[in-house]
Formats: sequence, structure tokens, C-alpha cells
Amino acid sequence: MEMISGWGRIPAPGRQTLSEDLERATEGAVLCRGLGRSYGDSAIPPASSPEVVTTVLADRILSFDLETGYLRAEAGVSIEQLNRRLLPHGVFVPVTPGTQFVTLGGAVAADVHGKNHHVKGCFGDHVRSLKMRIADGRLVNAEPDGENQDLFWATVGGMGVTGHILEVEVAMRHIPSPWITTESTRVNDIDGYIDELKDGAARFPYTFGWIDCLSRGKNLGRGTLLAGDWADPAVAPKHYPKPKQRITMPFELPTWVLGRASVQAFNFANYWRHLPRKMHGIQHWETFFYPLDMVREWNRMYGKRGFTQYQCVLPDSVGRGAARRVLEMLTERGGASFLCVIKDCGPENRGLLSFPMKGVSIALDIAVRDDTQALVDALNEKVIDEGGRIYLAKDQFTRREHFEEMEKRRLPAFIEARAKWDPKRRIRSAQSVRLLGDR
Amino acid sequence: MGSETAYSQRAIGASLGRPLSYVARVMNVIFLGATKGMGRALARRLAQRGDRLVLLGRDRGDLEKSCGDLAADGAAPAGFASCDLGARETFSPALDEALRLLGGRADLVVVTAGRFATQDKLEADSELCHDVLDVDFTGTVLFCEEARKRLLSQGGGTLCVFSSVAGERGRKPVVLYGAAKAGLTRYLEGLDHRYRSEGLKVVTVKPGFVRTGLTAGLKSPPFAGEPDDVAARVLRAIDRGSPVVYAPFAWGPIMAVIRGLPRFVMRRIGF
Repeated sequence: MEMISGWGRIPAPGRQTLSEDLERATEGAVLCRGLGRSYGDSAIPPASSPEVVTTVLADRILSFDLETGYLRAEAGVSIEQLNRRLLPHGVFVPVTPGTQFVTLGGAVAADVHGKNHHVKGCFGDHVRSLKMRIADGRLVNAEPDGENQDLFWATVGGMGVTGHILEVEVAMRHIPSPWITTESTRVNDIDGYIDELKDGAARFPYTFGWIDCLSRGKNLGRGTLLAGDWADPAVAPKHYPKPKQRITMPFELPTWVLGRASVQAFNFANYWRHLPRKMHGIQHWETFFYPLDMVREWNRMYGKRGFTQYQCVLPDSVGRGAARRVLEMLTERGGASFLCVIKDCGPENRGLLSFPMKGVSIALDIAVRDDTQALVDALNEKVIDEGGRIYLAKDQFTRREHFEEMEKRRLPAFIEARAKWDPKRRIRSAQSVRLLGDR
Repeated sequence: MGSETAYSQRAIGASLGRPLSYVARVMNVIFLGATKGMGRALARRLAQRGDRLVLLGRDRGDLEKSCGDLAADGAAPAGFASCDLGARETFSPALDEALRLLGGRADLVVVTAGRFATQDKLEADSELCHDVLDVDFTGTVLFCEEARKRLLSQGGGTLCVFSSVAGERGRKPVVLYGAAKAGLTRYLEGLDHRYRSEGLKVVTVKPGFVRTGLTAGLKSPPFAGEPDDVAARVLRAIDRGSPVVYAPFAWGPIMAVIRGLPRFVMRRIGF
């Protein structure tokens, strides 16, 4: 049997069918998959029907209006392609995740968010219309405030199990120049971090930060915070930014390489590189938005057993100590996380399972070890205590009962929408088998 | 929008990796096969630098979608017309309609359309086999003949046709498909020899394994290429009038070796 995996490289049986013609390929299909950047099992077909339609060849822009910025495209077109083709015309995606190697279909299904969530919301907030193939075989349109709006908001963040997304219409945004002005700040600890994040959010449309998850005590959660905005043409360099060269991670690293010592060294260097407390600069847009995209297949860094990412959002309503409590738990267990990203989120949208809510989001990479399941369980219990929830696009280890507990307010509406549009639950994934009890 | 336009022009120059002066002359292009795979990538590069295209193909809905795609960040195509390599009566009307849409003159005719099936499938289904041989050889040659007449009557131009490395040597996995492509390659070579002095440049493209819808489901060999890399190489060959281009580059040397292998080796290896 052929194997397939998410970005975390934990394999499962599955075969990809590629086609340029999504209308034909999705007839009777169980699941669609884009560029496979969801970390866990969201884009892995269920074991009972191990075939998934990969959409990446359906990569045409169907119409684009430079005046309004409205763009309609096939679901397999990637944000990387949109950036490459449209940024020269002064147009950028309204919301982008930390990698540009995601398809439009994937961006809608995961309702991705980015560094501007606190002002612009999620990707789904900018989508004007979807063309979908639903479980009974019909082709339907779904709009945020019109036709089939219940289907629309179940699909935005619905992880691909409410129907197949064939076409997406999204409102792109005009930018003043293709350069980014940045302000970065060195922050001493996690509570200071939360304050800086809120302060940066008030002044900049793009904010996020890296934190050190290994330092304990008063240094807990120290790191650097990056804020930015599109540069005014008056201060931006006059030339168009050259596309960045990418290197490829040629092989898997042995699992010990990303151990505690090397992560500590990396965090130390990253922190003290930033000697002045505040620094200003002009950055290449790819460096600012997509630092990890410079290394293709960087997921090989975590070695043979693969890795997972744990991303949760903790509501502001429980007070700013929530982030500290979660990090404390993590450092106590000695979870060495190479990458730990923190971001403040704006209010939640109408997506029935969309991830963000008003609060602080924390994401950390966890290399798979024997105790990974126990670590995720413990983190989930902590997050439930704090009233938070996890991001399905990153998840592969959460238990159904934990998920149901986190989503007890929103899940019934999602299940109801699914019962209406796909009563037999034909469209499903390995993740929906795990979390929603599909077969 | 002033500064944005300035950025955009520079970007288009930069993406081609050469000075803008080269791009000054806009070409009129008739393109059969721009809706899929390598054709899609090549058509994008042509439109992005400002060339005016007319798309030919079988499915009008699909052609319309590709017109939208090309217009998004390049010169909007002048239109499209129906043409099917499996139906020779469509060739003349399609080319005439394309010429009319382009104002009577074409500088370049590109053919990327074709059919493919694995050797196993072709051996098992003689109807399919007939169709593939007919489209890839007879249909393509007759289409090129119609294009040749029109290009010569206006004093010349470039004819760029996608053949395949499959036609380089009789090989186990591509006996039938390779035979059609071998015939096509020879035809194009002869055409170039016969008419280059009259201004007709023939560019024969020999792609190796490229990841497209055509090869979806097949196992990628080493040196498999991406459509856009092929498009970049082919565009350079069109501008230079190179008679033969292998794409991706690695397939040139690889095929040189394959051509030199003795028969007893070819009988043993599975390549």
C-alpha cells in the first residue's frame, strides 16, 4: 500500500489522485488535499477508503479584477503562485499563513490566519464565494451572506469534510509597495511578551513573535517580537524584491540533532542576536512572512519519526497568566521545542470550527517521541482548563473526548450542518474519523 | 497607481532575467494545448511578457478558463477557437479564425497538445492505441502542415512543437507512444531543413518526464521536471530559433547515452 502523510511526516496508508479537472475528479471522492501542509491527518483519507484527490494541478486564476482586487481561482492554486504572479501588480493575499505553500482550498478549509489576525481576521473573512461539490454529487455555490451560507460557514474551518471546494473567490488587497517596514523588540519574559504583543498590535497590522520554551523561572518565555507593515513607497527601496533563493533539506537528520542542547543554543543565539531592545528595518516580504519557506522540506529536520505541532489559543477572558501557566507546564515536562511562535488573535468569526478567538495563540513543534501522546493529552487538559482550544490543521494526537470538551459550545452546530449537507458522512478524513467518529 | 506600475514593469523584466529591450516586440501567437500542463506554463510566460495569444483546443469552457488565467497577470488573449487534433476538418477553420483574431498575422504557432497512455494500456486496447497514434502523429503532422502553409505565405515565422524523448530510441515502456513521437520528430526535423531558408523556423521540444496531469499516477523517475522550468527553457529556444531543445536540461545528456547503448543492453534494461 502506498503511504501518505501530513507535514509532520507521520505516515498512513493512502493514495493521491492528481487531476487538472476537479469537477470530474471529485465525483464520488471522499476527500480533497492541497499541498499537504497541514501537520497532522487533516488531509489523509480515512483507512476505510484510502484515496484522496490532490488539487494542485487545478491552478488557474479564473478571473481577476485589478480595480476591485476580486479574484476567482481554482482551489489548487497556491498562495505562492498568487504572490509570484500578482505582487508585481501591487496585490497581495488579504491573509497569509506562515508558509506560502498552501492552496486556496486548503486556506479555506483550515480557515488559516496570519500575523494580521488581530485586524483582518481569518482567510475565510475575505472569501466572497465558494463553488463546491457536495456529498450527493451536486455542484453548489456558497456565500458568506447569501446562498447556502450555512454550508459556507461550516466549510470555512471545516477541514474539508463538508464538501469539496472547487473554486474560491477572494478579495485581494492592494499594497503600497512590495517591501515591509519592521520593528522588532527583545522581550524578557512571557508576561512582558503579552503586553508587548498587545502594544504592537495597536500600532502594526502584522505582529508575531518567537519565544524560548526552554528557559525557566524569570526567563520563561523570553524572546523576540516582530511587527511590520507594508512600506510606504517613499521609504521602500526603488527596485522590486528579487525572488529569494531556496535550498532543500536533502535528507532526514538523526533524531538526536534537535535535542535539548542544540535547541537551547539556537534560542540563546536568537535572543542575544537582538542586542538593542528595539530594532527597525526594511525587509523582503518573503523574509518577513515566510522565513521557513527558504528551506524546502525542512520537516525532514525532525528525523524518521516525524513531528507534530501543538497550537492552541487561550482566551483573554481568563487573564494574561494563561500563557504563562501553559508554558510552565511544558517546561516542567522538558518538551524541547525548536520553534515556538506566539501571536495575539482578534475576535472569532462565524466559521463553525474556525480556530482563532480573542486571546493569545501559542504554537510549538514537538518531535515525536514515545511520550508525545501523553504530552499532548496533558497540554489539552490544561487548555481545556483555561477555556482554550486547538488548531485542527496542526493536530494529529488529540483525543475525541478532549476535542468535544473544547468545542462543546460550537460542535453541535457543525454536526447539524454536516447532517444536512452530508447525512451519510461520505466526505471524511482520517482526522474526522478520529475526532468526529466517522468510519 | 504610479509607483505600482513601475514596480510591475521591472518585475516582468526581472522574471525573464534579461533587459526589457528584448521584449519590445510583441508576438502574435497561435497556441494549441495551452489549457494543460506544460502548455499552460508556456502560455503564461508568453502572456506575462505581453505576447498576444489565441488559444486553440477542444473544450470551449476550458479555453475560456485559461483565457481568464492568462489575463490575470499578462496580456489578455485575443480569443480562442475550437480545434481537435483527432479531427482534421477542424484545423483549417481554427487557424483561419485565429489569424483573423490576430489581425491577419502570426509570428509563432505552438503545439503542446497530444495524448499519452502507458504501454500496457495501449497494448490492451487497440481503439485507444489507434487514437493515440492518430493524434500524436497523423493529426499533429497535418495540423503543422496547415500552419506551415500559412506561416510561409506571410514570409515565415516560428513553429514550436512538443514531441518527446520517447521518440529517441525504441524503449520498452514507450514502444507505441514512442513510435508516434519518433515519426513526429523526424517530420519536424525535415521541415526545418527544407524551409528554414524561407524563414520558417521549426523548434522541436523533447521533454523528458515532467510532472503534469498527463503523467499523474506514474512514478516519478530521477530528473523529473516541473512544467514551469520546461516553459522557461522552451521560451529561450523559441526566441533563439534553436531547432531542438531537451527539457529539463538533464534529459539531453541522458538521451545521448541512451542513443549510444547497444541493442543487447536495451533488451535487458527496463528504461
